[in-house]
Amino acid sequence: MFVIPLAWLQLKREKVRLLIAIAGIGFAVFLMFVQLGFRDALFNSAIRFHENVKGDIMLLSTRSNSLISIQSFPQRRLYGLIGLEAVENISPVYVGFGLWKNPFWEGLPKSQTRQIMVLGIDPNDDVLSVPGYDTATRKLLKVEDRILFDKKSRAEFGPIPTKFEELQKQGKSIATEISDRKVTIDGLFELGASFGADGNVLTSESNFLRIFTRRDKGEINIGIVKLKQGADLYKSLEAVKKALPGGYRVNPTLKPDEAKEDFIVGEIRVLTKKAFVEVERKYWQNSTSIGFIFTLGAVIGFLVGIVIVYQILYTDVSDHLPEYATLKAMGYKNRYLLKIVFQEALILSVMGFIPGFLLSNGMYTITRNATALPLAMTTDRTVTVFCLAVTMCVISGAIAVRKVQDADPADIF
Amino acid sequence: MIEPIISISGVNHYFGSGNLRKQILFEATTIVEPGEVVIMTGPSGSGKTTLLTLIGALRSTQEGSLKVLGQELLNSSEAVRVALRRNIGYIFQAHNLLKSLTTTQNVMMSLELHTHLSAKEREEMAKDMLAAVGLSDQMAKYTDQLSGGQKQRVAIARALVSNPKLILADEPTAALDKKSGRDAVEIMRKLAKERGSAVMLVTHDNRILDVADRLIHMDDGILESYDLETEAAPEKAIALG
Repeated sequence: MFVIPLAWLQLKREKVRLLIAIAGIGFAVFLMFVQLGFRDALFNSAIRFHENVKGDIMLLSTRSNSLISIQSFPQRRLYGLIGLEAVENISPVYVGFGLWKNPFWEGLPKSQTRQIMVLGIDPNDDVLSVPGYDTATRKLLKVEDRILFDKKSRAEFGPIPTKFEELQKQGKSIATEISDRKVTIDGLFELGASFGADGNVLTSESNFLRIFTRRDKGEINIGIVKLKQGADLYKSLEAVKKALPGGYRVNPTLKPDEAKEDFIVGEIRVLTKKAFVEVERKYWQNSTSIGFIFTLGAVIGFLVGIVIVYQILYTDVSDHLPEYATLKAMGYKNRYLLKIVFQEALILSVMGFIPGFLLSNGMYTITRNATALPLAMTTDRTVTVFCLAVTMCVISGAIAVRKVQDADPADIF
Repeated sequence: MIEPIISISGVNHYFGSGNLRKQILFEATTIVEPGEVVIMTGPSGSGKTTLLTLIGALRSTQEGSLKVLGQELLNSSEAVRVALRRNIGYIFQAHNLLKSLTTTQNVMMSLELHTHLSAKEREEMAKDMLAAVGLSDQMAKYTDQLSGGQKQRVAIARALVSNPKLILADEPTAALDKKSGRDAVEIMRKLAKERGSAVMLVTHDNRILDVADRLIHMDDGILESYDLETEAAPEKAIALG
């Protein structure tokens, strides 16, 4: 109906102002992307192990909060489930933190030792799907004091990945110590450093107990239950509930749907794989300050954006006030002018989003290479940040349009 | 009898409220016929612009009867006034052209409201109008590339392009030198006469009084009317410059 796109023409006419606006909004978008990206990356790094576990039902001690503060429970609880009709296989997992000795230590002032997370898994069971952990490497772990090293561990553990491949060509392997127990690195796998653990080691349950001499055999940290193909998850959970000794309880804050996948029987917390991942994520989200800090960062980006867009729009409206008053005297409705301001806001949000998006993509790549954190542009986050950018500009527009009311042709001339 | 374009009868207008309430117009009464060119003079603060903004439906009439193009404006709603403004051409002292638009687009802005016209028709009408005010070679330029006189001629083109029956001009020559001011008024008068539009022009500029058929003199809110065809303009009206 209106042929002349006044909003766009006005923005285009003031090139410097438009560039400043785009830079400002781009910066706000960048800030939101980086903060939300880091937040998600840290959460994702924390649940990488959980997501890659191959199992349907997980057993934990009720005293466990997260992987880094995991508590143990008697293995016989897990073995009690083997007779259930739907259960295909069960597998215990030991988790412990040991002191890794850097075999390629360069001397002081760097420390030679560093805490590393050690996972003890039965090498006969295929319960973890990470690159480098397969039938062949699992078999190697059956030998005494053999381990696999996570090549995405932090560099402070030593240049293991490069040295390992060099030495492997010569038929040699790397020997080192974990908590004073001599071990030999037999292979590399890929899991990645997380907030709680700077590096990871995989070994068999018997090797685990050799490293952690104070841990008792039969006191396990995670019980993995695999169901038979086609078995109903919820019926199986019911069967597990009946098979475990002790009273049944649920966390009263959980919704009924969630309580089906996360309940306590006696001293054991029973979780579906999905709930297992969620519990870990929620621990980092809600029980640590990380979620809050990064969300706050994103909120600041949002507020900065509002201020910038408001400033730009306010100046723009002020500059055009006599013109707007003229339009009103010509018979344009107030609504037409409001529309122009909002159109300008929307155009700015789209134009600012594009450079912000591209810049953030670059930043993600740089960070991913520097920190081994799982940082990537996701559709979800792109949509979220785009909506935030539009909201930001609309809010600014809503504040700036009040200035349009000043465009009264009777008072201006 | 043909209905007058403007019919003002007993219009009073006040600014402020309470103790500060000040009467600006006193029982203003006059009629403007179709095609008539009326000049309004008077010292600053005499109520000229107030009366013009009332006629231009930029303000709501408070007392008395004010009919413009047959529309009663006493206690009129905003919607009624907005609709009426679309049928009036308004020329301001400052040209108030839109800086972001070319001259052609500026003129088209007043046609955008006439939605029965196609985009092509609007553009052609705008170009014809610019040619009529002698700006055929400035159509693609932005307004800041034009001289003051050219800008005011664009403003005239913008006010006239939709063929309004009434054109209101508030000191259109104030910002112009003698020659371009004269030219602008001549063009306005010529085009208005051709199209049968009535013109009401507020001015301090006694050099352009001769374009008018009638002179309205305002003094302290009192309106006096002189028919220039039958009588000479009074001293006090001319000696303002």
